[in-house]
Amino acid sequence: MSKTILTVDDSRTMREMLMLALSEAGFSVVQAEDGVHGLEVLEKETPDVIVTDINMPRMDGFGFIEGVRRHEKHRGVPILVLTTESDGEKKDRARRAGATGWIVKPFSPVKLVDAIRRVAV
Amino acid sequence: MDPMAAIKQTFFQECEEQLVELESGLLKMEDGDDDLETVNAVFRAVHSIKGGAGAFGFDELVEFVHVFETTLDLIRSSRLAATPAVTKTLLRASDILADLVRAAREGGSADATAVQVIADELNALLGGAPRGDEEDNTISVESLDFEPVTISLDSIFDVGEEEAPATQDFIVRFKPSAGLYAKANETLRLLRELGRLGETSVECDIGEIPLLTELDPEGAYLCWTIRLTTSVSEQQVREIFEFVEWDCELSVETADVGKLLEELQESLEPREAPAERAAVAITIAEPAEKSVAVAPEPQSGPATSEDHPAAGKAEAAKGEGSGAVQATIRVDLDRVDRLINLVGELVINQAMLSQRVSEAGLSRASSVVIGLDELEQLTRDIQDSVMAIRAQPVKPVFQRMSRTVREVASMTGKSVRLVMDGEATEVDKTVIERLTDPLTHMIRNAVDHGIEKAEDRVAAGKPEEGLLRLSATHRSGRIVIEVADDGAGINRARVRQIAISKGLIPAEANLTDDEVDNLIFLPGFSTASSVSNISGRGVGMDVVKRAIQALGGRISISSVPGRGSTFSMSLPLTLAVLDGMVVTVGGQTLVIPLTAIIETLQPKKESVHELGSGARVIATRNTFTPLIDVGAVLLYRDEPIDPTSQVALLVESESGAKCALLVDAIQGQRQVVIKSLETNYGHVHGIAAATILGDGRVALILDVDAIVARPRADMIVAELPAAAE
Repeated sequence: MSKTILTVDDSRTMREMLMLALSEAGFSVVQAEDGVHGLEVLEKETPDVIVTDINMPRMDGFGFIEGVRRHEKHRGVPILVLTTESDGEKKDRARRAGATGWIVKPFSPVKLVDAIRRVAV
Repeated sequence: MDPMAAIKQTFFQECEEQLVELESGLLKMEDGDDDLETVNAVFRAVHSIKGGAGAFGFDELVEFVHVFETTLDLIRSSRLAATPAVTKTLLRASDILADLVRAAREGGSADATAVQVIADELNALLGGAPRGDEEDNTISVESLDFEPVTISLDSIFDVGEEEAPATQDFIVRFKPSAGLYAKANETLRLLRELGRLGETSVECDIGEIPLLTELDPEGAYLCWTIRLTTSVSEQQVREIFEFVEWDCELSVETADVGKLLEELQESLEPREAPAERAAVAITIAEPAEKSVAVAPEPQSGPATSEDHPAAGKAEAAKGEGSGAVQATIRVDLDRVDRLINLVGELVINQAMLSQRVSEAGLSRASSVVIGLDELEQLTRDIQDSVMAIRAQPVKPVFQRMSRTVREVASMTGKSVRLVMDGEATEVDKTVIERLTDPLTHMIRNAVDHGIEKAEDRVAAGKPEEGLLRLSATHRSGRIVIEVADDGAGINRARVRQIAISKGLIPAEANLTDDEVDNLIFLPGFSTASSVSNISGRGVGMDVVKRAIQALGGRISISSVPGRGSTFSMSLPLTLAVLDGMVVTVGGQTLVIPLTAIIETLQPKKESVHELGSGARVIATRNTFTPLIDVGAVLLYRDEPIDPTSQVALLVESESGAKCALLVDAIQGQRQVVIKSLETNYGHVHGIAAATILGDGRVALILDVDAIVARPRADMIVAELPAAAE
């Protein structure tokens, strides 16, 4: 069975790009629009990997990661953070919140799939 | 469609949405809203545009957005105060951003000078404050390889085809901490990744595993030593551990050093129990780690981690309070229209059924009649709900007007404040799309002509800043949009004078104030200043009126001298249903759009005049209006009919031309579902569309414009004002 990836991003453009790249790589994809929505989706879905944006309304990526790590059922799921910042501050904060790894935007499908493979396959 | 092209389309749609968010946030900031969430929302909008723009390689856009974002980041982190001057610049930057997005979408380019001016202003705001690193920007533009499949193949070939490069041995020592597992990283995967780089032999040290009773199931007790024979560099080996370097002790050494260490180790201790040996191995490994500078997590960590999660939680809590999830799906418009069509059929079917049942003479109390009543109610509800799918809030259009106000105000040197009301009011998508142009024109007009210059306002005892109010409300099944200014009001003496000089009204005409005000909607009327390039472009209010009428709407004006003018537009909520007058012509049933009808008349013998060649006019209100026999135009009959036996409907076409249509009788007013004739049959001159009536018969909807335009060529003379009666 193909692995399921949950993508959490408030940008429709990004969600569609992720969807395209991931589905072409053979993953199933479920989507959420922000952290709150992402946690809601986790009530129904059991993804193998989560790919999340940082800057989002309602609940940002940090809050979302902490939420997942506190979640009884999903605390062990690998989380990759999408970040444009290469300066490390965001990466650092995401890591402390419990992120497994990161993908620097703009990402290529190869880079994306490679990062996922590294944490989950 | 190519999936990337589809995503690009999504990106532009999203840009439009983000631009609306951006502008409304900035307007709030301009009003003194310094809520962090407002600033965050503004930042997010710009940030999100940047993300997509980068992915698609819109360099010009990325470059500008980057400066914009950096400025907003300063405000967000309280390093720059959002003073009125700053928000003003930001608003203008949002205008430029909109231009750049449009340029990117249409493949053109934006006004480079204007972009530069604002970019310079933003850079000036950034001033001495630390800039976002330029490098970040260039990297994101240049590493845009969304189709890099080729790259990956290349790199594979590189490895395969080149002569086998020299290999070397690395000794990797890796001791995960519990934090590594808590973040869902796993040793197994890391080992496998290492395995991809070359040949490995792995040793695991289990010496630290405690007794079962003391074992923490989430603890980390293992230490791994991997000997890797590979052709890749040390850097590439370290990259495997990129995600975990803070959560482990790691050392990567070339085997020479490793061998040396091993030898050293062996020489230091005699062979003992394996567990013992392992413990020593780790202590030895530690200084080695330092020597190759693999820094464990910097100790600054705990100090800052104290406030970060807290901040995250606060934001999260705030987010939860800001409203329920708005789940949406995107549906092809065609599908919605098909559904609307089907519901239209349902409405017709239901009406037919009702008619049959009432013809059958069943008692009102019979269960069939009661059931039908319920069906009717349900059908109506379904129709409303389906129409609501196409409905959208007027907010984006309204928001666009704030830019128009800013532009015209700055061009005319006036100070104007736009207040919006009812932006959430919804109306059909097509109506919204076709509303922009007339509304823009009205707004320009109001700022240019309505609102006075500051000194005149002060002299009149008004505040220096003019007030423009744009509002939308639902009223009796229509949407009413008002543009109200607090300016000088319509200069009636001047309007009258112009109308006379242009021959639009006779010099001695006796008009009410209301009639004078409405003269500005006449074709050919254009006050002196409206040829200015601001509200002008040679377009008069008559064009606005025609555009509104084309949407089945009406426009009116009310004005109080010295207090201002209010333009009020009333538009149908949907274009799929039409308010029509159902009439009989030559035994056929026709529908005439109600919006076109001005009044109905009973023609008297003495008011009808023959013009020869069979053409006739009717005298109404001091003018002669062409009289058209609809039955003859549509070839229902070829004998001329006696007008006095008929009913005349005075109609006005979109171009403002008037005409009296002769019909046999009026059946009544009704809402009808519009069915396109073109898609089902073909174009018929004089017919706009068709509908199906309650009795199942098809009725044609008259194309008033076509009917009025047809005979006008030989009847221009009839437009002249008639002599006073």
